[in-house]
Amino acid sequence: MSDTNQSGPLSGEFFMQGDIACAEGALTAGCRFFGGYPITPATEVAQRMSERLPQVDGMYIQMEDEMASIGAVLGASWAGKKAMTATSGPGFSLMMENLGLGIMLETPCVLVNVQRGGPSTGLPTLTGQGDMMQARWGSHGDYAVIALAPSSPQELFDLTIHAFNLSERYRTPVLVMTDAEVGHMTEKVVIPPPQEIEIVERRKPTVGPEEYLPYHVEAGEWVSPMAVAGEGYHLHVTGLTHDERGYPATNDDSAQWPLVQRLISKIEENREDIIILEEEGDCPLEEVEVVVVSYGIAARTSLWPIQMARKEGINVGLLRLVTVWPFPDDRIRALAGRVKSFVVPEINMGQIVREVERCAAGGAEVFKVSHPGGGIHDPQQVLRVLRRAAGRDAEPGQLRAQGVPSQTLEAS
Amino acid sequence: MVAETKREGLAQRPLRRAFETDGEPEGLDEEIHGRHPLDDMLRTDRLPHIWCPGCGLGTALTCFLSALRKSGLDLKKAAVVSGIGCTGRVAGYVKLDSFHTTHGRAIPFATGLKLGNPELAVIVFSGDGDLVTIGGNHFIHAARRNIDLTVICINNFNYGMTGGQVGATTPLGGVTTTSPYGNYEYPFNVSALAASSGAVYVARWTVLHARRLERSMMEALLKPGFSMVEVISPCPTGFGRRHKQREGLDTLRFYRENSIIDHDADLHRADIGLGGPLIEGNFVNIEKPTFLEQRAECLAKALQ
Repeated sequence: MSDTNQSGPLSGEFFMQGDIACAEGALTAGCRFFGGYPITPATEVAQRMSERLPQVDGMYIQMEDEMASIGAVLGASWAGKKAMTATSGPGFSLMMENLGLGIMLETPCVLVNVQRGGPSTGLPTLTGQGDMMQARWGSHGDYAVIALAPSSPQELFDLTIHAFNLSERYRTPVLVMTDAEVGHMTEKVVIPPPQEIEIVERRKPTVGPEEYLPYHVEAGEWVSPMAVAGEGYHLHVTGLTHDERGYPATNDDSAQWPLVQRLISKIEENREDIIILEEEGDCPLEEVEVVVVSYGIAARTSLWPIQMARKEGINVGLLRLVTVWPFPDDRIRALAGRVKSFVVPEINMGQIVREVERCAAGGAEVFKVSHPGGGIHDPQQVLRVLRRAAGRDAEPGQLRAQGVPSQTLEAS
Repeated sequence: MVAETKREGLAQRPLRRAFETDGEPEGLDEEIHGRHPLDDMLRTDRLPHIWCPGCGLGTALTCFLSALRKSGLDLKKAAVVSGIGCTGRVAGYVKLDSFHTTHGRAIPFATGLKLGNPELAVIVFSGDGDLVTIGGNHFIHAARRNIDLTVICINNFNYGMTGGQVGATTPLGGVTTTSPYGNYEYPFNVSALAASSGAVYVARWTVLHARRLERSMMEALLKPGFSMVEVISPCPTGFGRRHKQREGLDTLRFYRENSIIDHDADLHRADIGLGGPLIEGNFVNIEKPTFLEQRAECLAKALQ
């Protein structure tokens, strides 16, 4: 097991649980503050951080609820610390308002959601991917987010580091949207030596307090260098719409335009830097019949039905969304004119499939493979939809006779 | 040109040219108001402030800045965190590192700020609705943990910014825009709440008692641990005018006639009723290790 008494960041090969790999990734990334609240199936992240942070001169605090957890994380970031919290659906809902504050103040931090079945208390110990749209739109107002979807404990380690790097580079909260299956999975995790891991630090002001404007963005940049409390800058930041001095500007829309536009553009205009996709197939995806678009555990459980379909002579490829937000519009659009159909397995009743539909724009058929949460897809269920997506299967009536729920058969 | 300037009137500051001596911050009609001795601690380019005539916030802020100056604390290491509401705007006027956060969540943000950099002196300056109604849970837990924060709670018994609604501090019978028949909910006694939750320093003053208030604020700033100063403050626009106190001065007169200073008061008998009395004083000043001291001691033993 990975539980060693080593006090610094780990390196080596470990048999490690996903939640713990997430915590270790955070420590390797330089996270030195965790504010959290226990919630299944994310609790192990907090447990690990409570044990490990004091060993690396970091600070752990268990707050009174999730609103307070993310509040403390934002405060710690403005004290100069890399900071994180981890939660699941109910806590994620409570964090939404302060997530918006983090976006508005341009506060680097990482928010991990180990998803479980919902709505409400739902299925605390069982998996789900029902918070994907909440991740994109859950806080009020207009903004853009970055959300990553790990498929394994190894990726929980790697992508938690990547999340910190992106959060520091783009000065924004970054969401790690994992799930109970990956979070509670234990398998091999390889942690490279620290010198082989890229770590990004936030840019600091190079001018003195008299000249520094906390939200002045130089040409060619997307965010401003970040002064924090205690450095003598006497900075003011507010969740109100503000100008480049950080002062409220709420009498008209003159500051709203450039501010909201930049909060969105700094992510949307840097898609090439942010978006990570993994493509797998016997040939380039442009040449396959059916592209499975999936993420997280659902992408991983799609591998077996993809193999089965190939044995049946169906040319299937996998487009795995390592980055879910921003959504890879261009890639889906490019494929839409070439492939016959998209199949989108996800452990919700149809969320990311809407994005695929939007980008496919009628250029290819789109099939969803839904699951309400509480387990992973039955591979046969995915396989049946793959056959249908390739135009090689029985009529829907016959499929219904096989017990396939009707909504999974709908060509969306 | 000259004639044109004159026609633009006072708003365009026709007098400035004649009296201008140096490049002082815009936004201040210095010719009219003169410099304030606390200007160097204020973002004068943001003045005038948004507060109503007769509001107690100006006095409370003056007391606070005077206390901060006298405390000798390093102003580069002092940070103010506010929530939402009239008092929440304080963060926008002080020339310190200042954070205007979300409604009710100033204390969690401040907790992260303090624990992220323990060298900071972190002050939470917010209103009663923000701190003990929507943010009540954070208030009691920060007090329980004895986080080293100075909390200034401006209590004007109603939600002023939104037009005078009932809150968790509105006295029984208080008429507000959402208690038009009078308030029938038992209110919180903010000082008793802080003390019983574990605060190491608790004081309550009206803004009329400006010297005592300033002194208590200074003691609170210098006190390690969770300190809380409750400031009873007029809100003529939202609360006063519905209670025969049309002007701020009427409320100050009410304070003068109904205040009882009793440092040893039993806080559980120091509830605030609509007609008084207002029991005030430096109620609590005890020694207790802070969150960080407790933590350091525990970890030193466990990780040695």
